[in-house]
Amino acid sequence: MTSLEIRNLALAAIALAVAACLPLYGSDYLKSMGITVAMFTVLATSWALFSGPTHYISLATAAFFGVGTYTTGLGFETLPFWSLIAIAGVLGAVLAALVGLATLRLSGVYFVIFTLGLAELVRQVITWTQNMSGQKGLYVLTDLTEDQLYLMLVGLAALVYLTGWLIGRSRLGFALRIIGDDETVAAHSGINTATAKVLLFMVSGSVAAMTGAILAPRYVYIEPALAFAPILSFQVVIMALLGGVHRLWGPIVGVIPFTLIWETISVSFPSQVTLFLGIAFLVIVYFIPNGFVGLIEKARDWARKREGFA
Amino acid sequence: MTMKRRTALKLGVAAAAGLAAPRLALASDVVTIGAVAPKTGPLAGGSNVSHWPNIKLWSTQVNEAGGLNVGGTRKMVEVVEYDDQTNPGETIKAVQRLATQDKADFIVAPYGTGLNIAAAPLFDRYGYPQIAVTAITDQIDSLSSKFPGMFFTLGSTTAFASDVVNVLSKMRDEGTLTGNRIAMVNVADAFGIELAAAGRPLFEKAGFDIVYDTSYPLGTQDLSPVVKAAKAANPNAFIAWSYPPDTFGLTEQAVIEDLKVEAYYTAVATSFPAFGGRFAAAAEGILGAGGVNPDSEAFKAYAAAHEAVTGAKPDYWASATTYSSLQVLQQAIEAAGLDRDAVKEHIRSHSFDTILGDMSFKTHNNNEKYWTVGQWQDGVFHGVASTGRDGAKPVRVKHGWS
Repeated sequence: MTSLEIRNLALAAIALAVAACLPLYGSDYLKSMGITVAMFTVLATSWALFSGPTHYISLATAAFFGVGTYTTGLGFETLPFWSLIAIAGVLGAVLAALVGLATLRLSGVYFVIFTLGLAELVRQVITWTQNMSGQKGLYVLTDLTEDQLYLMLVGLAALVYLTGWLIGRSRLGFALRIIGDDETVAAHSGINTATAKVLLFMVSGSVAAMTGAILAPRYVYIEPALAFAPILSFQVVIMALLGGVHRLWGPIVGVIPFTLIWETISVSFPSQVTLFLGIAFLVIVYFIPNGFVGLIEKARDWARKREGFA
Repeated sequence: MTMKRRTALKLGVAAAAGLAAPRLALASDVVTIGAVAPKTGPLAGGSNVSHWPNIKLWSTQVNEAGGLNVGGTRKMVEVVEYDDQTNPGETIKAVQRLATQDKADFIVAPYGTGLNIAAAPLFDRYGYPQIAVTAITDQIDSLSSKFPGMFFTLGSTTAFASDVVNVLSKMRDEGTLTGNRIAMVNVADAFGIELAAAGRPLFEKAGFDIVYDTSYPLGTQDLSPVVKAAKAANPNAFIAWSYPPDTFGLTEQAVIEDLKVEAYYTAVATSFPAFGGRFAAAAEGILGAGGVNPDSEAFKAYAAAHEAVTGAKPDYWASATTYSSLQVLQQAIEAAGLDRDAVKEHIRSHSFDTILGDMSFKTHNNNEKYWTVGQWQDGVFHGVASTGRDGAKPVRVKHGWS
């Protein structure tokens, strides 16, 4: 390991410790912000693991998330909670594999549209089942506290970072970067592009489903319209793009400011939240197309150049 | 009103700090009432008719009367509003913010079943009474034992379905409904599914014959196949467990198809003034969920004030109940002070005088007097069936569409 890697690892460990101790020092309000930040960090980072290197924009987060919440909703009375998270992870991975095998041969806008439709498809299937069985919304009444859910999310985040770091160092990560640069070249170099893409898509689907499973007790009442709200998919994309998807730590640099901007808008303009969020989206895409990571790197390059001239 | 000051303040402070700024007003001279409900998203249409205008009306009236009487001192009411975008995650964040940052003394219950239940653990943790209105469920017992501060005002799903069956049974006994044939449709979404599931066995038990039974997805634009097929089954009564958009859509098709039935029922939003406005004479005799007693002096005064303050008419169902829930809160605060546990206890153990008549929550925190079925009669939506309310009108037969 190089000294740079050791430094990064130490920084990550400190950040994790600070995050994990939030329940000890945070106010209730800070904790509720914390759970939002943790949720979007997990979702955006796992999204970027797939979409960062491959440039495939997936809008399927809501589908996987909803599958996770339903896993908890249907099973929390009979199975221990930790096993539901695991089951949700497996279901998310299986769904992602099916979708991936069917669609990752599609590229560009076709893939985007398919993933957007996926959430709606799963939602309609569940609604149809409910309609057939007369089954209503699910009530997830548990004794889990917000602190416990938060810690689970932080644990999941740590797992995502570890996975991302390992993938980055592996042959798979290398293969994905080549695919992102030029898929034809990758295929000609003997990389099985379909397998590589499906594997990564499974990781991101699995993580989103686990996030949904963890958060179901917080929402208490699970119904299709709420569990599969398409806005979630867009939020994740915007946050990841605001941060920057080329670095593992990029998305969180977007998640934190975006959560704060959102909170400020919700507080200051309670009647025009959607309007101002839309403006925020436009401003982000127009003025910081490479995300905060891009800005930070630019600033660093600039500082180095100045040093060079001095 | 209060929004402008807050906006100006917070733009500066919050943008810099990045977090919601603490409220600067001194808490001693005002009572802060928090409110969170959809202003945007799928449920905004309903909450902008039944929910938000009543909060505005109530706070305006209280302040014009000199404020709330808390232990002999008059305190003005300041309302802090948030939009949850019909997203339970946002509802949770907003309730958290109201409790910890805005230090709200009380919080008005959110809008809609899902959003109310999502907020229930937080209301419970901070000890707020939650007088839910638009939360119709068959889980009242288990929810109120899990969350002792949660109260229900609008009734249970089964009560709504069974009163429709009762109304039709009575029409059949009186001979105005000349047969047993029922066409039943439902929107494939939470409340529609629940009502259909509750209604199906009740109809069969009452000796009705469900000759057509189908569902359509939420947001279906073209409902003509549904109405055509129902018409082809030649029913005596048409029952739709519907939501606002399809309540309008189905009725439009029924007019076009000239659906000949002796009883026609659509569920949510039939009680909206816009429904009567849209269908005018064709609305005559249409049955729907909810109802009020529009002839009572209390309702008349309320409706006049509602229109004067908010510029819109109240609906003939949830509006008056929302307003009544605020009256309950007000009377409990004036009797028990700002101590939230005392207020909850007071709500549980007393009876309240509201525009709907008396209201109490003595069994399972459930108000047991509520309207279940109404009917458009002479341009007004009258209650025709209820659990324990006075003033129900006799049901009329549906005579054509003009």
